Amino acid sequence: MAATSDDQPASFADNVKNALFWTAIAFGLFILLIGLKTDQQANSIVLEPRPMLLFGVLASVFIATLAGNMLISQRTSARLKPSSVAAGPSWLSRVEPVLKPFLLAFVLVFPFVSIALAGWQGSIKWIDNFGIQILIYVMLGWGLNVVVGLAGLLDLGYVAFYAVGAYSYALLATKFGLSFWILLPVAGILAAFWGIILGFPVLRLRGDYLAVVTLAFGEIIRLVLINWVDFSNGYAGISSIPRPTLFGIPFTSGDDGFAARFGLEPSGLYYKIFLFYLILFLALITAWVTTKLRRLPIGRAWEALREDEIACRALGINTTTTKLTAFAIGAMFGGFGGSFFAARQGFISPESFTFIESAQILAIVVLGGAGSLYGVVIAAVGIVGGFEILRELDFLKAVFGNDFDPAQYRALIFGLSMVVIMLWKPRGLVSSREPSVALKERKAISTDLVKEGHG
Amino acid sequence: MEVFVQQVINGLTLGAIYGLIAVGYTMVFGIIGMVNFAHGDVFMIGGFTALILFILVTSVVGLSAGAIFLAILVCLALGMALTGLWNWAIERIAYRPLRGSFRLAPLISAIGMSMVLVNFVQVTQGARNKPVPPILRDVIVLMEKDGFAVTLAYKQIVIFVVTALLLGIFWYVVQKTPLGRAQRACEQDGKMAALLGINVDRTISITFVIGAALAAVAGVMYLVYYGVISFSDGFIPGVKAFTAAVLGGIGSLPGAVLGGLIIGMVETLWSAYFSIDYKDVAAFMLLAITLIFLPQGLLGKPEVEKV
Repeated sequence: MAATSDDQPASFADNVKNALFWTAIAFGLFILLIGLKTDQQANSIVLEPRPMLLFGVLASVFIATLAGNMLISQRTSARLKPSSVAAGPSWLSRVEPVLKPFLLAFVLVFPFVSIALAGWQGSIKWIDNFGIQILIYVMLGWGLNVVVGLAGLLDLGYVAFYAVGAYSYALLATKFGLSFWILLPVAGILAAFWGIILGFPVLRLRGDYLAVVTLAFGEIIRLVLINWVDFSNGYAGISSIPRPTLFGIPFTSGDDGFAARFGLEPSGLYYKIFLFYLILFLALITAWVTTKLRRLPIGRAWEALREDEIACRALGINTTTTKLTAFAIGAMFGGFGGSFFAARQGFISPESFTFIESAQILAIVVLGGAGSLYGVVIAAVGIVGGFEILRELDFLKAVFGNDFDPAQYRALIFGLSMVVIMLWKPRGLVSSREPSVALKERKAISTDLVKEGHG
Repeated sequence: MEVFVQQVINGLTLGAIYGLIAVGYTMVFGIIGMVNFAHGDVFMIGGFTALILFILVTSVVGLSAGAIFLAILVCLALGMALTGLWNWAIERIAYRPLRGSFRLAPLISAIGMSMVLVNFVQVTQGARNKPVPPILRDVIVLMEKDGFAVTLAYKQIVIFVVTALLLGIFWYVVQKTPLGRAQRACEQDGKMAALLGINVDRTISITFVIGAALAAVAGVMYLVYYGVISFSDGFIPGVKAFTAAVLGGIGSLPGAVLGGLIIGMVETLWSAYFSIDYKDVAAFMLLAITLIFLPQGLLGKPEVEKV
């Protein structure tokens, strides 16, 4: 909502006029949908006017637009043009050698730090809701990063592979009693197989069309899981999925359980810590494989494909196998993540695999900066951690009244942040690319300098 | 036979609604080459606007036949205006700044916008299904055999008439007016159109407004047909309408309507003869098959690959 497009700073009157204009627009948008509330009474709907709420929203729109405009015109007058193009070697490549071991060490000691800080009981929330939850999304983000970030194929149905992994583990474990450690690779292979099956027909498509078809495939798998009750138990889902064990030692309170074997106080916390390290291990494998693959011919072919498909073909790269391997490897990590999810929850149903989930994983990859492993971590911590914090904000109830549920605003804020980050940084938060091969020195370049072809 | 005729009538009704939404997809794709992911939710906004307007009007003038006629007229007129305003604002805020940016950016922004719309309505209007009082319940019996009557409901007639009328007006606008010419010029070559003095930004804005207005009509028709709407009702009709747009040939306006009618027929016949549980699967499969084997659609132009 820039006040002026030229270099002249807008006057205060102009800013007010612009803010009034947007307030008038907001009035048109919100008069019915906020101004009137549809309430169920007996079996008909009645309308309940909410003038105060409408007024409050309009006032905040006015203030926000005015403040935004003032900020922009101040910037323009100070000639402070944002110059993202001249990024040069990014700050990231400079701090990376320090950042990497530091982050790793932090994650490794995270469970113990949280026990020390939050106590034995209080730390479950931190390890489970924050630690494990964030790491699942980091892993899924890194997995999807292979498809979206490296190969440049926009996949809106990633959750399908997550579902394949989860159902593979859940069904095989409950029906045949196989252990988690055998089924983990099986789930990965099955998911990769599905990646190839779904990837094959969409090879010719690109960009938006590819996105929509993958979305359709994701929905088809979910709808089949809902409707094929004999196979997947439909909406009711699959419950009592066995827990993974540590080299055959189960996490139960019995005599052969983990706590009893090692002479420890029985507690549910050990299992959570175990799960934390398990998902950390899976995530690190994903990152390790991705970084190694980038240096291999196949990884280079992916990145070439992302930059320009036609040039790729002209250079004799087999785009079919290149795309299929990207789909398969991305799907495989999705499958690992899915079987971990099933094992952790102990219960799965098609409700966990909706389009929103795909969008969330995609948002983590794209908002973080497609192709960047650190970006994914930042976005996952921000989005998933943000959601969990939102759930904790009980004090807001005191401000907005008792029926105010902050978790309700989760998806609203999520959607808004997607739009805002795209407007602010279309390439994502960490938008620099480090070439996998370089002549003299490796220099990360801003993605603003990279022009993408068809892909 | 009677069952089949009845299903064809129902399918065409549904298809008319999908066709109206599909026009919005196809126009936006034609002019700026993006899938307006939030369009299905704009349709839902149109439905909610219509719901509130309908209750507002009928609570004043009652539920007589004339009152319902008036209410539907008000819903159409104001609903089209307000939903058009919504889409105008969405384009202005979320898409315009990203024009010419990295190719995934507008799509991601549109997905975000779609979530914003769904959850905005959920938060402000509640998560429950919102019914309207039953209206236009009378039917005309077309033929009857062995106790099975093939009927044409008044509301189906209303849907056909309104859809045909508005598509006719819209067709006239695109084909015969300066605005339509500007629109087609931008579609063929935006840069050249700008050089020839066409305000491209304004034309794109108007395209979004028209698309949303037709989606609002679809919203009103949806409400009349089903009598109920909820905040999540945008997604599935949105995907089906997108399928319709692709099937008809994206960028082609008669194609969008044709595609809508085909999708409506397929869905109804599938539900009637195969399985109602898998009707959405059928629609999604049709989308995938169309995009894979017939990406240019029935009436579209094949896309030429350029370096």
